Amino acid sequence: MKKALACFAALLAAVLLIVPLAACHGSKGMPAFTVPEGFDTSRDIEITFWAKNDTNKTQVDIYKKAIADFESYYPNVKVNLRLYTDYGKIYNDVITNIATGTTPNVCITYPDHIATYITGDNVVVPLEELMDDPEYGLGGMAVKFDAPKKDEVVPKYLSECVVAGRQYALPFMRSTEACYINRDLVEKLGYEIPEVLTWDFVWEVSEAAMKKDANGDFEVNGQKVMIPFIYKSTDNMMIQMLRQKNAGYSTEEGEILLFNDTAKQLLYTVAEHVKTRAFSTFKITSYPGNFLNAGQCVFAIDSTAGATWMGSDATHHDIASDKVVRFETVVRPIPQFDTEHPQMISQGPSVCIFNKRDGQEVLASWLFTQFLLTNSVQIAYSSTEGYVPVTLKAQGSYEYTEYLSLEGADNDLHYSVKIQAAKLLLENVDNTFITPVFNGSASLRDAAGSLIESTAKAVRYGQTVDEAFMAKLFSETTSLYRLDGGSIGGAVGKKDLGALPGTAKLLLILLAAAWAAIGAAFIARLVKKRGGKE
Amino acid sequence: MKKIIAIVLIAVMALAAFTACKKNDNKPAEDVKGEGVMTHEQYVAAEIGAEVVVETYVQAKQSWWDNKGTFYTQDKDGAYFIYEMGCTEEEYNKLVPGTKIKVTGHKAQWPESTGIIEIIDAKFEIEEGNYVAEAFDATALFGTDDLAKHMAEYFTVKSAVIEAMDEEGAAFWYNWDNSGEDGSDLYFKVKIGEKTYTFTVESYLCDKTTEVYNAVKNLKVGDTVDILGFLYWYEGVNPHVTGITVK
Repeated sequence: MKKALACFAALLAAVLLIVPLAACHGSKGMPAFTVPEGFDTSRDIEITFWAKNDTNKTQVDIYKKAIADFESYYPNVKVNLRLYTDYGKIYNDVITNIATGTTPNVCITYPDHIATYITGDNVVVPLEELMDDPEYGLGGMAVKFDAPKKDEVVPKYLSECVVAGRQYALPFMRSTEACYINRDLVEKLGYEIPEVLTWDFVWEVSEAAMKKDANGDFEVNGQKVMIPFIYKSTDNMMIQMLRQKNAGYSTEEGEILLFNDTAKQLLYTVAEHVKTRAFSTFKITSYPGNFLNAGQCVFAIDSTAGATWMGSDATHHDIASDKVVRFETVVRPIPQFDTEHPQMISQGPSVCIFNKRDGQEVLASWLFTQFLLTNSVQIAYSSTEGYVPVTLKAQGSYEYTEYLSLEGADNDLHYSVKIQAAKLLLENVDNTFITPVFNGSASLRDAAGSLIESTAKAVRYGQTVDEAFMAKLFSETTSLYRLDGGSIGGAVGKKDLGALPGTAKLLLILLAAAWAAIGAAFIARLVKKRGGKE
Repeated sequence: MKKIIAIVLIAVMALAAFTACKKNDNKPAEDVKGEGVMTHEQYVAAEIGAEVVVETYVQAKQSWWDNKGTFYTQDKDGAYFIYEMGCTEEEYNKLVPGTKIKVTGHKAQWPESTGIIEIIDAKFEIEEGNYVAEAFDATALFGTDDLAKHMAEYFTVKSAVIEAMDEEGAAFWYNWDNSGEDGSDLYFKVKIGEKTYTFTVESYLCDKTTEVYNAVKNLKVGDTVDILGFLYWYEGVNPHVTGITVK
């Protein structure tokens, strides 16, 4: 019996030893960040920056220059750049690295994604204290470069980075969506482009463009291919249409309102125009800009951050040069249901900082993040596409206003379509909105787009789009995106973090063994008692 | 008696060797389509958007993401590019080259009217059978309309010449505009006959640890090469390279 007790004691000791080891795994237990008293420039600090670009060499070069410039101010800090071209990939990699405690220091992100990141304790650094710090805060006294002050960041954009009541990110760039229009084709069809597009106008012109001649060519362009209306981001399409209709999408708390009658009616309209082939999506057809530039599309809706791909003189082309046709490109806000009260999405990259045990590392990350908001970075990066700077300091600078004033001066830096797209957003900041951010809001966004994609595909596959179809679509989408229960805050977005780590497995085995030993000891005692030997 | 046994054994071994040689020819011993399954010819004739059912053999796996896998597959008559077919990671791991699968999905083309013909929204079941295609020599077909008939097929081109990507004489770029870094897709130009084409090492298909990825990074302008790959299509032929040999 003593042996059994000794074994049990040993097991218990082993378990007690393993528990803290297992608890150390991952980010659990990371202390909350507090701003250090000073930034230690006497020691070397290395940080990583995961950055997203639009597969754009100029943007990559701007990141590299920003890093070099920052390092010249702080020679003890080395910034390692990792490039991404896809937000989803960054999100996935961050989730994986939260589990292993190897997150980057600074990361381009979307608030929807942060809502998932912060389900771990102290994973992302809240920025209020850093922003307000008199020494190292925004434009603080000890900051070695000319950083914007807090009130010089566009307030609306700053507020878009508040997640769960905390400032978990800073805006980096902002864009919205624009409708890029082939004016020549619209006028050939007998229409004039209004200042504010309506959905009815776009549908009507699109249908008119579908007429074919006796040879089977489209009358409007004389080609075999014509897809009059192509939408790049169908999640945005659904979100903006619902907003314009004042219909439900979600509440701030994460209650799901997407599956409503207005959404259904919108899907019926989509189905009607997919059936005639007047409408298609990026996922089904490919990039709207390619078809626009080939004279095979009348209305191409894409981000203002995709403006350099739009038009006969576009800086970027994804099709052979001999396929590009000459036409006048007009840039308008997305179509509206209520032209008196236009509404459009606000989007674009933000920057967050991941927490580390070394406060100096976090402070270095903060300084670098702040550097991304300096005029040199803001103006250079925003000029690569139809982005706008997120600081009033940059927007009001001579350099930026001159850049805008030179619209159309050349087809490179001052490419007219790109600058028109940026101006579109600058003129409509008050008409932009964002959707509520909560754990699972990224999944809800995917579901919104999926409703349109699934409806469009169903029509193309010859299926009947009716009430039965809608009921099934809503049900399947709810299930696929785990939107069950009406409210998903805290439930959706949980990722499979992979197999348990070895220490955790060992802990579980030892726990099981300990319970087995306890059970064995208990039975042994019972047997002995019944045998009257004790 | 021993002689007879020895003769029988030799005969059996010879037969086995012959059978093995047949397999090395990489032709499926029997490729009779099941009931309701299309031939490759019927698949080619099907309308875009139509439901298609094919029996085919995995040749290469491009990627797995979010319970969807993308595959180059082929039967003895032609290729079927299967984009984002529903499969778990465990199932994806089982779908090694040669595996026979029955695929039900919809025929699509991306980009519409100019891109690769593919099967989307597909589901599959694994069947008995194994076939790994040999690369067909496409050298003479580059520059002809007939090349499109071999879309997504495993191919080779012989004695192609590497051309410069830019005025500085780079033999390859990371990404289409050189905006990438090690691990990104590699783009390089290849002259076949009188025309020049852009080939790609697609990093999901062959990542930076693969032999071909590193071989392309070591290319020099003017190198004469033999290339293996799949005939991917994007606004024209845009092959995904899986092997390269400098002559």
